[in-house]
Amino acid sequence: MIKYHLNHLRELEAEAIYVIRETAAQFERPAMLFSGGKDSIVMTHLARKAFYPARIPFPLLHVDTGHNFPETLVFRDKMVEEIGARLEVRYVQDSIDKGRAREEKGPNASRNVLQTVTLLDALEELKVDAAMGGARRDEEKARAKERFFSHRDEFGQWDPKNQRPELWMLLNGKKHMGEHFRVFPLSNWTEMDVWMYIQLEKIAIPEIYFSHEREIILRDGVLLANSEFIMKKDSDLIETRTVRFRTIGDMTCTGAVESPASTLSEIIDEIAASRVTERGTRHDDKRSETAMEDRKKAGYF
Amino acid sequence: MSDFSSEGYMNMELLRFTTAGSVDDGKSTLIGRLLYDSKQIFEDQLEAIEQRSQQRGFEHVDLSLLTDGLKAEREQGITIDVAYRYFATPKRKFIIADTPGHIQYTRNMVTGASTANAALILVDARKGILEQTIRHSFIASLLQIPHLIICVNKMDLVDYSEEVFSKVVEEYRNLSTKLDIKDVHFLPISALKGDNVVDKSTNMPWYQGTTLMYLLENLHIGSDENHIDCRFPVQYVIRPQQTEYHDFRGYAGRIASGIYKPGDKVKILPSGETAEVKTIELFGEQISEAYAPMSVTMTLDRDVDISRGDMIVRENNVPSMEQEFDVMICWMNANNLQVGGKYAIRHTVKDARCVIKDIRYKVDINSMHRNESDKEIAMNDIARINVKTTVPLYFDSYRKNRHTGSVILIDEATNETVAAGMIV
Repeated sequence: MIKYHLNHLRELEAEAIYVIRETAAQFERPAMLFSGGKDSIVMTHLARKAFYPARIPFPLLHVDTGHNFPETLVFRDKMVEEIGARLEVRYVQDSIDKGRAREEKGPNASRNVLQTVTLLDALEELKVDAAMGGARRDEEKARAKERFFSHRDEFGQWDPKNQRPELWMLLNGKKHMGEHFRVFPLSNWTEMDVWMYIQLEKIAIPEIYFSHEREIILRDGVLLANSEFIMKKDSDLIETRTVRFRTIGDMTCTGAVESPASTLSEIIDEIAASRVTERGTRHDDKRSETAMEDRKKAGYF
Repeated sequence: MSDFSSEGYMNMELLRFTTAGSVDDGKSTLIGRLLYDSKQIFEDQLEAIEQRSQQRGFEHVDLSLLTDGLKAEREQGITIDVAYRYFATPKRKFIIADTPGHIQYTRNMVTGASTANAALILVDARKGILEQTIRHSFIASLLQIPHLIICVNKMDLVDYSEEVFSKVVEEYRNLSTKLDIKDVHFLPISALKGDNVVDKSTNMPWYQGTTLMYLLENLHIGSDENHIDCRFPVQYVIRPQQTEYHDFRGYAGRIASGIYKPGDKVKILPSGETAEVKTIELFGEQISEAYAPMSVTMTLDRDVDISRGDMIVRENNVPSMEQEFDVMICWMNANNLQVGGKYAIRHTVKDARCVIKDIRYKVDINSMHRNESDKEIAMNDIARINVKTTVPLYFDSYRKNRHTGSVILIDEATNETVAAGMIV
């Protein structure tokens, strides 16, 4: 170590903590989106560090598609209790029941897109003026253009061509009534950074990130966890394989990878050798070339 | 990444650089090449650009397609906004702020440059130094990017000629005498063919220097932060509402510069009160020395009235505390700057308001001439102005301290960030 020089993980940590503190200071009712995935777990950990010994001064918000991996929910509830955080859960099912969202049909049906409706309704109901998310710029090409403080109009929409310039670390969170911000503290992290940080800080993550046996549906080159939420196709192959998940989302669109990696360092070695991006396992991004950009413009994360 | 090691990864440094170039000088190809040759492009990404290259009828895989983000950019074949790219070698992690080169996007270049350790400027070997090259270099110097790397690209199209390269270098040296740049490097490369990007070229035996990747991995960035002048802007005051921490008062923030230790005698601005640093901590862990750019929580030996926007400094080394000062600005909004106009101003984590008292001069960024009679400051213009703030700011000149010398101006009606400012 060079004296008076932070290594890159500590610099990313310092940057993320700065962004989280800035959000808490500039906004009246911030919230942190929590999905149960590793990025939101890391972000929550950073929020604890930012305000310690005080508790996290804003609620965690989980938009529940109803199609979660059960392991994720168990993990979520345990974590929230341990850190003494406030958790708000809003359900996509409620949006469907109220007629606010319509369930997709067919074998590729997913509630991924519907989440946007529930999310925007929740932000309005809770009067959230800044919603922090764990999205990273390295994940996807539309996300590469995101700001730390990303402005949303009163419809919750993103206008990529008309973003505020973000200079130095002078974050401008000024807004009009009804508008809100999306905030991305992990903007500059890569998948590898997140894993290395989990190891460095010994952060607990859900079991399904580690290798386990599972019944999967093999479809279009993606391994989907078999569940009652997926309508089967004739061409689907159902098999039991040794898998783990690189990302955790809705069960209908999160692909597994075949892997024997059962410890953090094995996962890290596997990612270092991997030749496919983590979103390569996501069915939701394969819908079209601009799938992410289109969803983001509409208010998705 | 075959030589990946966990331990090495924990000790990597972070280098942020910006790339600037004109429309056709191969900037996207160069970034694609850096990502590709450092094996940061994954199979699914490569498949996607192979498909698109085929659809467009290209013979080779167009690496520049990797850096297109938005639909409109792909349709028009241009870059609209700053895009961030990431790659790592066993030595360093890199963040590229990829900014478009056309004149109307000066604001994006300034944005990318504001956080960069290094700027990579591309020059087409056939065309030599162009107006854009001067403009990009001027912005790099204005924003005080510590290191400048001039890549003379497309050497394959000039028969890898040493003479052509030397001519570009000489031309650039003549020009850069007017600029304030600390460290300049020149490299002859071909992004398309890969000469001197990651692998040393066999086509230019006359070139004794390093490859671009080697340079990026070895640039000395240890002195890029200011470790002399202690400046700690208080971002957030932590007061736990829990009985066990009833008396805890923590001052949270990111160290802008200098080195802080427990026991240091400090002065709080603006009150002028003094205290001693009791602890510096993060998540309960005690830190013996805190320096930029660490985010920490500081406690003091006695109760002092401190709120967000205040600054903790050393008694014998204080910043300027003024309400009126000169700023070099880059204007970033479609509505022109109004002399006599009022704007919100943000400096470190402090918000204030200001009035524009005077426009001293406007800079022609192609010739670097100062124009004292032109008072129309429009989008992408650079000018020196005088402002008066509602409350005193505690600042250093931008040249001395990038963190305490920078401001942004915000339009109070639209809330848009309208200018980047560097305190003179």
